[in-house]
Amino acid sequence: MTETSGHDIPSFPMARECPMHPPAEYRELRGREPVSRVRMPDGQVAWLVLKHGLARKLLADPRVSADRLHPAFPGRLTAEQRAAPERVRRLSTRRSMIHLDGDEHGAHRKILTGEFSLRRIAALRPRVQEIVDRSIDEMLAAPQPADLVEHVSQAVPSLVICELLGVPHEQRRDFHEWAGMLVSRSVSIRERAAASDALNDFLEDLVTEKERGEPTDDLIGRLIARNRRTPVMTHDEIVGTAVMLLVAGHQTTANMISLGVVALLENPEHKARIAADPSLLPPAIEEMLRYFSVVENAPARVATEDIEIGGVTIRQNEGIVVSGLAADWDDEVFEHPDRLDFERGARHHVAFGYGVHQCLGQNLARVELEIVFETLLRRVPGLSLAVPAEELPYKDDAGIYGIYRMPVNC
Amino acid sequence: MHITADKGRCVGAAQCVLAAPAVFDQDEQGLVAPVTVDPAGADWPAVRQAVHLCPSSAIRIDEE
Ligand code: SF4
Repeated sequence: MTETSGHDIPSFPMARECPMHPPAEYRELRGREPVSRVRMPDGQVAWLVLKHGLARKLLADPRVSADRLHPAFPGRLTAEQRAAPERVRRLSTRRSMIHLDGDEHGAHRKILTGEFSLRRIAALRPRVQEIVDRSIDEMLAAPQPADLVEHVSQAVPSLVICELLGVPHEQRRDFHEWAGMLVSRSVSIRERAAASDALNDFLEDLVTEKERGEPTDDLIGRLIARNRRTPVMTHDEIVGTAVMLLVAGHQTTANMISLGVVALLENPEHKARIAADPSLLPPAIEEMLRYFSVVENAPARVATEDIEIGGVTIRQNEGIVVSGLAADWDDEVFEHPDRLDFERGARHHVAFGYGVHQCLGQNLARVELEIVFETLLRRVPGLSLAVPAEELPYKDDAGIYGIYRMPVNC
Repeated sequence: MHITADKGRCVGAAQCVLAAPAVFDQDEQGLVAPVTVDPAGADWPAVRQAVHLCPSSAIRIDEE
């Protein structure tokens, strides 16, 4: 490995000082070594990419692999957690396109792209609106202060995924409860493992049932039908795809809803402007996506060949973490990145990643965020936080940044 | 300006349609389908932005 400096190798992830800002080290490291060595929780050394241009370059480079099962693949687990019993890890180790490279990835992605076209997403709008309205009704009916995370942030994406996957109505409550337990801080590891198993079994049964019966008109049903005509996925991979859609679409959107609401409430002037003119919402959402980049460090890769980049050589079989958050706060690309500027109009952030793995559900996420914020501003104009924003329980310990609970008065 | 869009490389993120809706559309499969490959001058900046945003380098332009 190249010797770049006499500095000690910092541990990753790094701590934040302000809940709304990236760790201060990002800035310092970006200036000194835009591709830096860091020590991952399992003790392995990986490369951390902190500059926007280099992040895009690496994520578009065919010499990196997304194979999560590669021993050098950087993850958040400690060596101990990595060695934990198989059952706990079942949800995350199923194969789906986010783990695949090259032509195999291309085939798995292309059998799904039609499901996420702008036209299809636009057709989902009325259903998303209904889900949002019902979630807000529940929040309004709850004792005050109500938890916006429980009633809106968690509920909306969970129900939208149910809609997308074709989960029958009577089973949506269970689904929602398990999905919530996967990320709750107040449940034990045992309970979380049980929820993970339950979801896994549930999706397994859902796919099996759809494979047996008449093709249903939902994403999984259509995927099964298409896969029959041109086989791309095994049964296990279809289940893996359902799991992936749940994992990818749930916490990301949920946490963006929570953080976005805080951003709006903390900027009353802008909030008023957007409430008066909802056409200002889409650029404001792009800025929220950039500013929070909640999937902070998820784009991890392993080099399949030596790669020279940013003054260093990443060797074959070394792990790489691309920090989307650091890239989206690169002040050479985004002027005053610490300013939440709802009129910035920048779309080239990497909050959804970059390269062939760029988020397939990004336009569904945009629609969910837009409908949630628009409806909240319209229906609950008096919405306010019941505690100061700095005192909210931020997710410093989670893979996807966000907020655990958000007591609000409505 | 002439556009070449490669469906083989496209990953269906629709950044192009969002950036230049007058020039790009998606087919049934969610893949890039240009409305025109010789866009009017007024659309050039938007097309350049689409090229810049496309995550998989699926769109190329020849200026002139
Ligand atoms: S931006 Fe690129 S990848 Fe996305 S739909 Fe357009 S051509 Fe395809």
